This record gives sequence, C-alpha cells and structure tokens, in this order.
Amino acid sequence: MDFGPFFLLAAMEGAVGAAVLAVTALGLSLVFGVMRVVNVAHGEFYMLGAVIAWWVTSLLGVHPALGFLAALIVSPLIVGAIAGAAERLVLTRIHYDPEATIVATIGMLYIIQQAVLMTYGPDARPVQPPFDFRIQLPWFGYSGYKLFVILAAALLMLAVWWGLTRTRVGLMMRATQFDRETARAFAIPVDTVYGGVFAVGAMLAALGAVLVTPIQQAHYLMGHDPLLLSFIVVIIGGLGSLRGTVLAAVIIGMSDGIISVFFSPTLAKIIATLAVAFVLVWRPQGLFGERPA
Amino acid sequence: MSGVLALLGGPRSAALHLGLIAVLAVLQFVLAEYHHIAMSRILVLACFAIGFNIAFGYTGLLSLGHALFFGAGMYGAGLAAQFLAVAGPGAFLIGLAAAIATTLIAGAIALRTAGVSFMIVTLMFAQAGYLTVYYFGAYTRGDEGFVVDATMRTLFGLALNDATVRYWIALALFAVCLVGALAVARSGLGRVLVAIRENEERARMLGYDVYRYKLTALVISGAMAGAAGAAYGLLFGYVGASFASIQYSILPLLWVLMGGAGVVLGPFLGTLAMFYLIDLTSGVTTAYLLVVGLALIALILFFPKGILGTLREKLGARGASWLP
Repeated sequence: MDFGPFFLLAAMEGAVGAAVLAVTALGLSLVFGVMRVVNVAHGEFYMLGAVIAWWVTSLLGVHPALGFLAALIVSPLIVGAIAGAAERLVLTRIHYDPEATIVATIGMLYIIQQAVLMTYGPDARPVQPPFDFRIQLPWFGYSGYKLFVILAAALLMLAVWWGLTRTRVGLMMRATQFDRETARAFAIPVDTVYGGVFAVGAMLAALGAVLVTPIQQAHYLMGHDPLLLSFIVVIIGGLGSLRGTVLAAVIIGMSDGIISVFFSPTLAKIIATLAVAFVLVWRPQGLFGERPA
Repeated sequence: MSGVLALLGGPRSAALHLGLIAVLAVLQFVLAEYHHIAMSRILVLACFAIGFNIAFGYTGLLSLGHALFFGAGMYGAGLAAQFLAVAGPGAFLIGLAAAIATTLIAGAIALRTAGVSFMIVTLMFAQAGYLTVYYFGAYTRGDEGFVVDATMRTLFGLALNDATVRYWIALALFAVCLVGALAVARSGLGRVLVAIRENEERARMLGYDVYRYKLTALVISGAMAGAAGAAYGLLFGYVGASFASIQYSILPLLWVLMGGAGVVLGPFLGTLAMFYLIDLTSGVTTAYLLVVGLALIALILFFPKGILGTLREKLGARGASWLP
C-alpha cells in the first residue's frame, strides 16, 4: 500500500480510538471537575462495562443488533449502580479527601478486577458487532461498525453537553463544581449530586467499553490502558475542562494511533506519559485549561 | 553513649528497635526453611517500605511512583552484574547510585507540583520507566526478565545463593535502614519534615527552604528503595519488569498504611503482616490482589493510622517514647 492510503488507514484507526477515548475520558473529567477527586478505578468500570456487554449478549442469544442494543442500555445501568454504591459506601465516609480517595479507588480497582477474574475468568471474549457492513474504499475495505462507533461517540458527547448546559440536573452539577458551599446554601443536594456524578462518570466509561467490545475483546485486564490514556487526556486537556478533554482525546487518540503504526507503540506511550508529567509541572491548568489552577 | 541513645530516640525506643534486630538475628535458627526464605524477602522489602515511609509518613509526600526507584536500583545492579561483569558489592553500589540519580532528577521535577498533581506526575514517571524497560527489551528481556549469573552474585567471597548468607545480608541491610530511619526521624531534619507535613505554609514562613527539605527526604527515600531493589535482584537472582510496574508503587503504600505511616517500625510490621495475609489467602484463591484491594479500603476507612499508629495514639506520651 502507498503511503497515502496507509496514512489514511492509520488515521481512521486513530479516529476510532480517539472516539472511544473521548467518551471514557469525559467520565473521568466530569468526576474530577465536579468532585475534585481522581478516580483510579475508572479503567475497571470500563472493563466491567465490556464484560457485562459480553454477558448480556451471550445470555440473551438474540440477533446481534438486539443483543448489542440491550448491552448498550443494561451495561451502563449496572456499572452506574455499582459505582454509585461504591461512592456511598466508601467515598462519602472519607469525605472526598483527595489522597484518601486515590488510595480507596486503587482498592476498588483491585477488587473489581479480581472479582471479574474469579467469576468471568482470564479469557478474552468477543461480542458480535450489531451489523456486518463494509465500506469499500478505492484502496481497502473498512468496517462500517467502526464508523458507527465514531458517530455514536459524537452523539454521546452531544448528549452530555446538552445534559450539562440545558437541564436542571446539569445546572446543579455545574453549580456544585463552581462552588460547593454556595450551592449547598442554595439548597442543592450536594451529596446526591456527588453520588450521581460518580455514577454517571462510570457509566460513560461503560458506554465507551460497550462500543469497543465488537472491535476489541472483553478481558479482565483491559482497563489498564484506557485508564492511563484517560489520565493523559484529562490532564493535557486541563483538569475539569470538558471541552479540553474532548479536544485532547482527539489529539492523543489520533497521534497514538498514527505513531503506533509508523513507530513503536511503546515509544508512543513513553512520549505521552512524559508529556503529561511535564504538562502538570509547567502548565498545571493543561494545554486548553480555561483558568490557572 | 548518650549521643547514640539520642540518635535511637531514647532508652525505650533503642531497646525496642535494637531488640527487634536481635530477635530477627536469632529467629533464623528457629524458622523452617520456607519461612526462612520468606523472612529474608520480607526484610529486603521492608527496606523499600521504610524508604517509602520517609517520604509519605514523615514528609507527607504521597508518591505513586516508588517502583521507579526500586526498579532503578534493581536494574542498575542487575544490568551491571549481567553485562559489565561487576560482582556483588560493585553492582549494589551501581544500583544505589542509579536510584539516587533517578530520584534526584524525577524528584526535582515532580516536587514543583503538590498534592494530587504530585501523585500523578510520579505515577507517570514510573510508568515511563516501566515502559523504558520494555523499550530496551534486547537487554532487559522485558516482562520475562533475566536471571543474574550466580558467579556475579557474591559479596566479599560469600555466595549470595546460600540461604544463611542471604538472611544475614538482608538483616544487615534492614538494620541499617531501620536505624537510619530512626536517626532521621529523631534528627532536626526529621522534625522539619514533620513540620512540612503538618503545615507546609507555616514551615515556609518560619524560613525553611521547603523544596530543598522535600527533595532531601525524597532522595533518602529513593536511596532506600533503590538499595532494596538492588539487594533484591542480587540476593534472589532475578530481575524482571514486574518489579518496575505500578503494582510495586502501590505495595509499599499498602505496607506503610497497614503498619502505620510516620512510625519507624510501621513499614516492617506492615510488610510482614501483608506478606503472610497474602500467603494465607493464596491457598484459598489465586486472585490474591483482591486481598490487597480489600486491605487498602479497610485501612483507609477504619484504620487510617495503621496498626502502630493507632497503638501509639492509644498509649499517649508513653507511646511516643517507644515508637518514634
């Protein structure tokens, strides 16, 4: 294949990765923005979303499209419920202390991961794509499902944006993010908002994972890379800035895809992790952050 | 004599800590073979935890990247032994130097941030270090790791694959780290570190160069972690990427939290307790990391001060004289 089409293929693969990453990282960014805590278990909620998607589709045993649709609804709901329960049981009791929260969510990471290992097992299992449709380009055929992922991710992000800026619940979230004490004084149930935001953040991770399972199999260790990449994206985009997160996800996702194809994937990750460290040190508000930290 | 006593934190503390070292020296003649080997591992890993405690327990620096320093020590020593044919003591010193240099560079940059940012920066540095091990897979053999040649694993003519030699060396290293930590905790430096932990702004107002003190604490911490890594690689003869993975950044945190952060004996007790807790449960399930997760949450919820921290609080002023 010539350089041009090859680059196009790499860019398309990168765009699919970027779309899933944007949805996943948005969840992490939302939690950090509103609650000011870092959720290290975010990758495990992603993994849980994928595993539940496999479980739902194989349990129903119906047409792949129906199964996928069911997974798209059931999986985020279950993951959201688990995350909400974890938030009530653990995070409220440590009063969202930033350091204690990191330690506690590391604990959740291991518990979820190992619980899945004990029940689901160490195998990687695929989910049938909802439809088989190939788009024939002049140089190569491309999976129509992958293009659907990009579209679905864009719709999801629009929905989140609409929810945050146009609804009453979104207003409560933004008020809590802006000033927790004042929000409480205006009778906004800050504790409930916290629980809800943590659940919604996990649900976004689960949604990203359901979208990815027909491309990448569900496996109990699959949460590791999305977690690191989400960290990278959220920090480069500016902690708590949703617009920055989406923008950074596109940049990081695309460049990760392209560098991995043309150079070494390990080198791509080394560069990305070091970039994050240096962004945090010299530009703590992130590259696209709106206000200095 | 009184100088030495003051260094060890007074008569009670001196008796307790030196007593522990003496008990551990005698214990090796009683322990069954399995526990004998386990104990030498615990003693080396406890040095790692003692180092972590200097940063986290005394200075309040929660690093999520100490595997980088442990790994720097291990790979420094292991690669020197493997490719430069440097035997025991030289390889150990190269590992230690590598760890100190790594801590100095990573620390000088990471300490420009604080709080959550500091945690993420250290995490990212450690991740970059871990990936670097893979990147140079031709030498390090990545995940698979390499076995350090037995001819290089000697110390002044003593073969390090002998269990008794190994135990004595592990104990000697542990004694140096424990007494070193005790001396740091009791010194003027230690008091400034605690002042920074309790209120950084106040320490700065009093005229202390907070950045320099934190870097000093981090370098002492990284040196102990690196010494533990170098010793682990040379004593047990295996160097692998898993020792540089994020899990080895979390484990010292867990050990210190369990034993008691900011207590000199805490890291040892935590390492010992956690080792046998995992050992016991691994008979029941292979998912031993589940225990790690449960322990982390239980500790942060119910015993944020750990075993010895809680005990010291209960004992009041007497507790402080036994457990600095």
